[in-house]
Amino acid sequence: MGDLTSLVFKRLGLGLLTLLVVSILIFFAVELLPGDIAQAVLGQGATEETVNAMRQQLGLDRPAPVRYLDWLAGAVQGDFGVSLVSGDRVSSAISERFINTLFLAAYAAAIAVPISIVLGVVVALLRNTLFDRVANVLTLTSISSPEFFLGYILILYLSVKTGMFPALASLKSDMGFFELLHRTFLPALTLVLVVTAHMMRMTRAAIINLLASPYIEMARLKGTPPWKVIVRHALPNAWAPIINVVALNLAYLITGVVLVEVVFVYPGIGQLLVDAVAKRDFPIVQACCLIFAATFILLNLMADVGAILTNPRLRHPK
Amino acid sequence: MTKFSDKDVLLEIRDLKIEGYSDETWVPIIKGVDLTLHRGEVMGLIGESGAGKSTIGAAAMGYARDGTRISDGSIEFDGMELTTATESERRALRGSRIAYVAQSAAASFNPAHKIIDQHTEAPVHYRIQKRMEAQEDAMELYERLRLPNPQEIGFRYPHQVSGGQLQRAMTAMAMACRPDLIIFDEPTTALDVTTQIEVLAAIRDIVDQFNTAAIYITHDLAVVAQMADTIKVLLRGEEVEEAPTEQMLDNPQEDYTKSLWAVRSFQRPQKSRPTDGTLPVISVKNVDAAYTGGVKVLDDVSFDVYPGMTVAVVGESGSGKSTTARVITGLLPPSSGEVLFKGEPLPPRYQDRKRDQLRQAQMIYQMADTALNPKVRINEIIGRPAQFYSGLRGQALKQRVDELLDLIELEPAKFYNRYPPELSGGQKQRIGIARALAAEPDFIICDEVTSALDQLVAEGILKLLDRLQKELGLAYMFITHDLATVRSIADEVVVMQNGKVVEQGPKEEMFTPPHHPYTDLLLSSVPEMDPNWLTTLLEERGVDNIGDAADV
Repeated sequence: MGDLTSLVFKRLGLGLLTLLVVSILIFFAVELLPGDIAQAVLGQGATEETVNAMRQQLGLDRPAPVRYLDWLAGAVQGDFGVSLVSGDRVSSAISERFINTLFLAAYAAAIAVPISIVLGVVVALLRNTLFDRVANVLTLTSISSPEFFLGYILILYLSVKTGMFPALASLKSDMGFFELLHRTFLPALTLVLVVTAHMMRMTRAAIINLLASPYIEMARLKGTPPWKVIVRHALPNAWAPIINVVALNLAYLITGVVLVEVVFVYPGIGQLLVDAVAKRDFPIVQACCLIFAATFILLNLMADVGAILTNPRLRHPK
Repeated sequence: MTKFSDKDVLLEIRDLKIEGYSDETWVPIIKGVDLTLHRGEVMGLIGESGAGKSTIGAAAMGYARDGTRISDGSIEFDGMELTTATESERRALRGSRIAYVAQSAAASFNPAHKIIDQHTEAPVHYRIQKRMEAQEDAMELYERLRLPNPQEIGFRYPHQVSGGQLQRAMTAMAMACRPDLIIFDEPTTALDVTTQIEVLAAIRDIVDQFNTAAIYITHDLAVVAQMADTIKVLLRGEEVEEAPTEQMLDNPQEDYTKSLWAVRSFQRPQKSRPTDGTLPVISVKNVDAAYTGGVKVLDDVSFDVYPGMTVAVVGESGSGKSTTARVITGLLPPSSGEVLFKGEPLPPRYQDRKRDQLRQAQMIYQMADTALNPKVRINEIIGRPAQFYSGLRGQALKQRVDELLDLIELEPAKFYNRYPPELSGGQKQRIGIARALAAEPDFIICDEVTSALDQLVAEGILKLLDRLQKELGLAYMFITHDLATVRSIADEVVVMQNGKVVEQGPKEEMFTPPHHPYTDLLLSSVPEMDPNWLTTLLEERGVDNIGDAADV
């Protein structure tokens, strides 16, 4: 177990380093974008003087490395600066949006993860039957269709035609929890359809991969029924790859949902990021990207810890 | 067959035919085998790999492995016809009335569950016992099988228990529902000789105590002689002959059986060290070694290998034989001590050795299957070292590869462009030898090169190695746990235990008493053809000494 703690600390340290590299890349990538924030904010009618004055006011006349170091000095103290466009503090502009995104991701994950693992186990049990093929075709169809397309189809059938769920997922502060679930059901369902295939197929593959093992044959020769062979003897040894794919998909639910947010007008962080890039609002872009990078780092770390914890050889050393 | 009456027939197999699916057609594997087993009878099934022993064993449970099917014949178990029974009827027999003990207990126990939880699975599933009763019963069986700490050992995970103990735990698991029949599929093949004895004694006891019938599958004649009442010899899916054990041993009828009995006839005269001051080709001097962060696995190991001689390194698994080979080849730098080649010290790390030093220590591995890249053609496998060490190109290289194939007695035109998976086990091992020879070394390390092979094939490999030694003046370090192999080819023997050399000297000396106690234990543990060997040995050693001490 001491190994595990040291692994966690080592990975967290490396994670911080990764974040630093990401922040450098993002800063200079934003620098490379054509156009100019002062121009963008002031519009086409601006004179050269006003643009220059605005640039001076925002500190854009200083060289790029100086501005980066300036930002970094603030960031390590927890100050991510102010939005260049609106002048709001970055932390307050982002925090509410990020909580919304987390909520939607958690909602989708709470449906998608159990469904895909159960489905994966079932199709592994019924492998090469009609059920297996139908489940494969359906999940592959949903993963191969663009998310916005899936979203519009769902709106058409579940909202416009039947009126079961609202088409727009705009939020109000006084909504109850169940109203919230109801209102955000369609975007969550869209995300579920997008991520289920990947996790289900990995669960199926990880289990089937083990079916040739001697201990599976032993279980069969002990008279164990087929479902129990899968659930009790194969699944406990298949967790490592499954956990990894789940983590990857959870990360996607947080970082890759901008299209779904646009379709359902959901006030999430993806939408904010796209706006900020368009306006070259560097502090917002930087903060969003760091959040995404940290999400990937943390989820991957959790996946590795999970894989270790489900391995009896590592859990119970000799 | 006076011992068993015809009324007590438990299993009757008639004209069994089994087919396997390969290359998109069904090919016969078992071509019409009959088998009659009485209650309490132990039948030994022997034959080389590919003879169909395991397939028949599985079929006795009404089980066809993936990719095989029972195509014809009848299997009647205690009045029930298994070939026409439904899958759930057959499944209801497995674990409860017919049980199975697999070759590798380490691979056949589920790593994710405690041993006792796997033990109680069948009795609880069949509602024979409640969980707690089943646990009590498991502990009692562990005690009868002389497992250390019977009250506690079941609550460990499989990886926390040694191989021999696991094999006994698996036998206990097979006994859980007190079946009428147990299929033992090579249960001791993966074990060291010293451990094998414990498992054999335990299996024989428990089968006797409960009067269980058993089919004992093995390729080791001496083992089957200890265990079986009747022996059936199989060859390529067909029965060669069947007879009671004593009769079969004393008076085999068929030529094939006689050839099996006569195996190990190969023996070459022992050579002694040169006296004219020739330096040893490899000299291991006071070597200590450890894997990163671990405990010492080699402790002050020293021995010499002289040109043209074979030094056998013997010992149980974990005794440090293969680690010594890794030190010599430079894969594992020693923590102290050194390795000399013809008097010159070799750099400890292979990365620091010159090409000419690297060529001198070549290896041949136990598993030719995994030691040859399955996606690379034979000519490339052999040609690469010839190219790397001798700089051969084009026509010269092709000629050299042909020459090497000739040396290992494989026809160049036929094998030049083939891939390893198309070859038999013995042919693959020959390719491994040719690859080692391609570097033109003076010294070759053979790491258990014959232990994965059938006896007849293994003998062919030993003869080949001997011929190459004479023709090319090679020195061998021969790592093995099989003392019969040592007897046939070694000039000198080094006995290792727990990373130390406990005894070394010329072969003749090593095989004549007095021995070091450990050498004695190893030698006396090698099964002999005499059916009473195990009984006598157990009496000599005292039953209480069987089964290792608790080690936790």
